[in-house]
Amino acid sequence: MTTYTDILPQLLETLKPYAKKVGGLKETTDLVSELGLDSLQVMQVLLKIEDQFDISIPLNNLPNIRTVKDLGQEIETLLKG
Amino acid sequence: MSLFEKFRPIQQAREDLLANGINPFHLTIEKILSPTEAVINGHPTILVGTNNYLGLTFHPDCIQASQEALAREGTGTTGSRMANGSFSSHGDLERAIADFYGVPFAVVFSTGYQANLGVLSALAGPGDTILMDGDSHASIYDGCRLGGAEVLRFKHNDVTDLDKKLRRLGDRSRRTLIIVEGIYSMLGDRAPLKDIVEVKKKYGATLVVDEAHSLGVLGERGRGLAEEDGVEQDVDCIVGTFSKSLGSTGGFGISIHPEFELIRYTSRPYIFTASPCPSVIASTKVALRIIRETPQLRQQLWENSQQLYAGLTKIGYTLGAEVGPIIAAMIPSKEQALAMWQGLLEQGIYVNLMIPPATPNGESLLRCSVSAAHTPKQLETIIESFANVYSPLKEHAASLST
Repeated sequence: MTTYTDILPQLLETLKPYAKKVGGLKETTDLVSELGLDSLQVMQVLLKIEDQFDISIPLNNLPNIRTVKDLGQEIETLLKG
Repeated sequence: MSLFEKFRPIQQAREDLLANGINPFHLTIEKILSPTEAVINGHPTILVGTNNYLGLTFHPDCIQASQEALAREGTGTTGSRMANGSFSSHGDLERAIADFYGVPFAVVFSTGYQANLGVLSALAGPGDTILMDGDSHASIYDGCRLGGAEVLRFKHNDVTDLDKKLRRLGDRSRRTLIIVEGIYSMLGDRAPLKDIVEVKKKYGATLVVDEAHSLGVLGERGRGLAEEDGVEQDVDCIVGTFSKSLGSTGGFGISIHPEFELIRYTSRPYIFTASPCPSVIASTKVALRIIRETPQLRQQLWENSQQLYAGLTKIGYTLGAEVGPIIAAMIPSKEQALAMWQGLLEQGIYVNLMIPPATPNGESLLRCSVSAAHTPKQLETIIESFANVYSPLKEHAASLST
C-alpha cells in the first residue's frame, strides 16, 4: 500500500518546476501563497498529479488543500479508495 | 480585517484600467439601434459581441407578441410557479420546447444560468458523481456545487481522459453525470459528442449537453450539436438558454427520461425564483417558431461566420480552430488585448474582451460573435478595423523576433 512517506518525494519532484521562486519545497509550503500558482496553474498541476498517481481529485476537496502536506495526504486517502 | 478588504485588489485593478481610460467590464450601451448596431460613447457602433446569433431581438413578430402579452398579462408574475401558480403561457412555451425537441416535457427557468443550476443540482446530489469538461461555463460549476455531488473534471474535449476517469470510478460510473457543452463560449470549439456518447454508453453514465451556444446554430432543425451529430437519442438531458439565438432571457431543460419533469419539485433554482415575465415568454415562443420555420437564418449565420473567419485569417490573426459564429482572436498579452479592444471600440466596433482567469489556457482573446443580421458591409468594416489594430501587434511580434 502506498503511504504518505512514499508519496511525498514523488510529489516534491512533480512540484519542483513550479517552485523556482521559492528557496526550496517543504511539506509546509503553501501551494497558492508561496508558490504563487494562479487558479489555472493549480488545475494543471492537479491534472498532472492525477495521471501520475492514477487518481481523480474531487473539486469539492480543493478548499482543504493548502500545503504540500495536505496534497500528499489527499493523494494517500484517494489511493486507499 | 473587514469583510470588505478582499475587494481591494479588484478596486486596484479597476483603477488601473480607468487610469488608461479603459473599462471594458463596465461598458454602457447608450442606445440600442438594432441587433447589430448601438450608440456607445456617443458613437455609432457595430456590435459583434452580443451572442445574438440569429438577430431576433428586433424581429417584428417577437416584439408584437411581447407587447401583446405585456398589455394582456402585465409586467411580471411577482412570484414563483410553485407558490403563485403558472401562467398558461409558461405551459404553452414548455410544450412548444418539448415539441421542438420531440420529447414529452420541458421545464422553463427564469435565466440560462438558473437552468444549469436547476437541472444539474436536481440530477446529481450527495452520493453521485459529476464528470464535467474542464472548460465548462461558470453556471455549470455552480450547478455542480449546489447539488452536493462529488465533482471531477476531465481535460477539455479529451475523451481519453474522460474514459480514464470513468474507469477509475468503477461501479460509481453508473451514478455519474457527464456534462459537456455543444459549442464552448470562449473559443467556439465543439464537444466531440459522438465519441463522448460512446464512452457514456460504455460505462452506463448519464449525459447532459448544454446547448446554450448551439441552439439555433447547429443541426438541420436548429436543435444543436446533439442533432447535428445524430446522437439525440443517447443524450439524456439538454440544457439551453433563451438569451442567445432566441433573443430574450431565460433557460430550459429537456430530457428523454419521463422522470425529468419531477425536477419541478426538487430543483431549488426552479422553486424559489419568480417565474419568467409573460412578455419574455411570448417573444421566446415566437422566436422558437422562427427558428423552426426559417432555416435560411442559420444558413446566413454560417455564411457570415465564414466571411469573418476568412477575413481575420487573411490579416494574420490566430483564431480558434473551428469556423463558427464564435470567432476568437488570440492576442499574445493582456495589455495588447486591452489596447486593441479599445482601438476597435474607438473605430466603432464592439467585441468581447476576454482575459485570464476567465479564459482557457490563460489566453487573452478578442471574441466576436457573429449574427445572421450582420450585413456583408458590416462584416467588411469589422475586418478593416481588425486590420487597423493589427499593425501594432505585428510590430510587437517583429520586435520579439529580432
